[in-house]
Amino acid sequence: MAKKEYSFYPGCSSQKLASGSNYQTAVDSMCDVLDIQLNSIPDWNCCAASIGYAEGGELPRLALSARNLALSEQANPGQDVVATCAACWLATRETKERLHQNDGLMKETNEALSAAGLNVKADQNVRHMVEVLVEDIGYEEMGKHVTKPLDGIKIAGYVGCQTNRPFGIDGESFENPKYLDKLVETMGAEPVDNYDKKVSCCGGALAFSEPEKSQALIKDIIEAAYDGGADMIVTPCPVCQMNVEIYQDQINSKYKTKFKIPVVYYSTLMSVAYGKSAKEAGLDGLVIKAKQLNDIASK
Amino acid sequence: MSANTAAVERYRNSFLKEVEANVEEGDWVKMCMQCGVCSGSCPFGPHWDHPPQELFMMIRAGKREEVLTSSSMWMCTSCYNCIARCPRELPITHIMHGLANYAHRLGIAPKNQPTRKFAKMFWDNLAKKGRVNELKLGVSLYFMNGFVSGIKTALAALPIGIGMYKTKRLNPMEYFGGHGVKDTSGLHAILKKAREIEDAKMKKF
Repeated sequence: MAKKEYSFYPGCSSQKLASGSNYQTAVDSMCDVLDIQLNSIPDWNCCAASIGYAEGGELPRLALSARNLALSEQANPGQDVVATCAACWLATRETKERLHQNDGLMKETNEALSAAGLNVKADQNVRHMVEVLVEDIGYEEMGKHVTKPLDGIKIAGYVGCQTNRPFGIDGESFENPKYLDKLVETMGAEPVDNYDKKVSCCGGALAFSEPEKSQALIKDIIEAAYDGGADMIVTPCPVCQMNVEIYQDQINSKYKTKFKIPVVYYSTLMSVAYGKSAKEAGLDGLVIKAKQLNDIASK
Repeated sequence: MSANTAAVERYRNSFLKEVEANVEEGDWVKMCMQCGVCSGSCPFGPHWDHPPQELFMMIRAGKREEVLTSSSMWMCTSCYNCIARCPRELPITHIMHGLANYAHRLGIAPKNQPTRKFAKMFWDNLAKKGRVNELKLGVSLYFMNGFVSGIKTALAALPIGIGMYKTKRLNPMEYFGGHGVKDTSGLHAILKKAREIEDAKMKKF
């Protein structure tokens, strides 16, 4: 297949020594195998995620994402914008759509951007990395590169919220999307059937401000994975990954549970199945180690 | 305006008009048909004093004070369940953000609401250098209720921080700098201009 190029929006958590840096490591390894070239948007900024709204009004938030789109149009014209972070994808795509729905907002946003000599048309598609995989590459092609199938591992596909709602992936249902299960299967592992918490919320940013309420949600997400016989959980979202992984000790002491389940990214699974080393797959970035993946990677 | 429209106009309550004029996606509020699917779909549903469909009816009933001082819309986790399920296609998540932002901007949102505080910290953090400084965000979060409670919270979170540090997902040196955009002055100019335009659009009620 010919090399595919995208205008890449990496996002804050992907940066060196940031909370999702291991996600980026695995994405780079996965893209290397699939011959995907990610051209970073120069000088990209934060999208304000879904929590900047208290101080940042509608227009300042739109302006943030519009700045990224404007820089992308200059540097990578004609390429689709691709994000690996759910919130980055959502905020950027929402901005594109709202600017096109509302001429007034388009005009005002451009007025704001002109303060830095920029202008936006918002004419590039804004997509999530899993859309690139599912729609542009396809399961069959993804399967062809598997050299170390993830035999004997059972995985709960935790899709979460924003890599699903409100835009959806590949036209799948909001209530029971299948793309993550299909990806797991394509890598030779076994997806948990009927994982009932697959699209439940982990609390998102409110895991910080409302820890108790959020951890109650996270507990249910992990419990359902164990109920389904899962060895590990896979997710496409850096916030889901962090929330479901790092609070397991706190949840254990509060709820007298004994959770210790690894939470990995789809790109982690793919990198290992594609024969990359543990380091290249970002396995060293997991707080709860995925021993089965380490074993396969070191084979 | 026809005589008929003018007559009707007198009976419309002004808070609904205020929300339509000043709140993000506020012109959708009148479309709510009170089915309650949003409230039943919300992961934090039990924690809302007034779930979304109730807030919509309260807006139509002119309960300005009760709505804007409520902690309810600060319970939104941005999961988008309500948007995906609303039969009338109201962008409920955005309306909740809009109501929260409006109450915050008017200075009448509940003062110690933790998500209000965190959301402001998050914005201030990212707006400074254009990218989130995760370490500073964490530190200011732990200390948002004062020094003593901050030490307690920080100590409780210490094992998590150490785990993140050991796996190279947290950088203590970020406290003294950290990631940012190159064109900070351009970014600040954009945000300042956007805020000015938005403030000028705000209607008085």
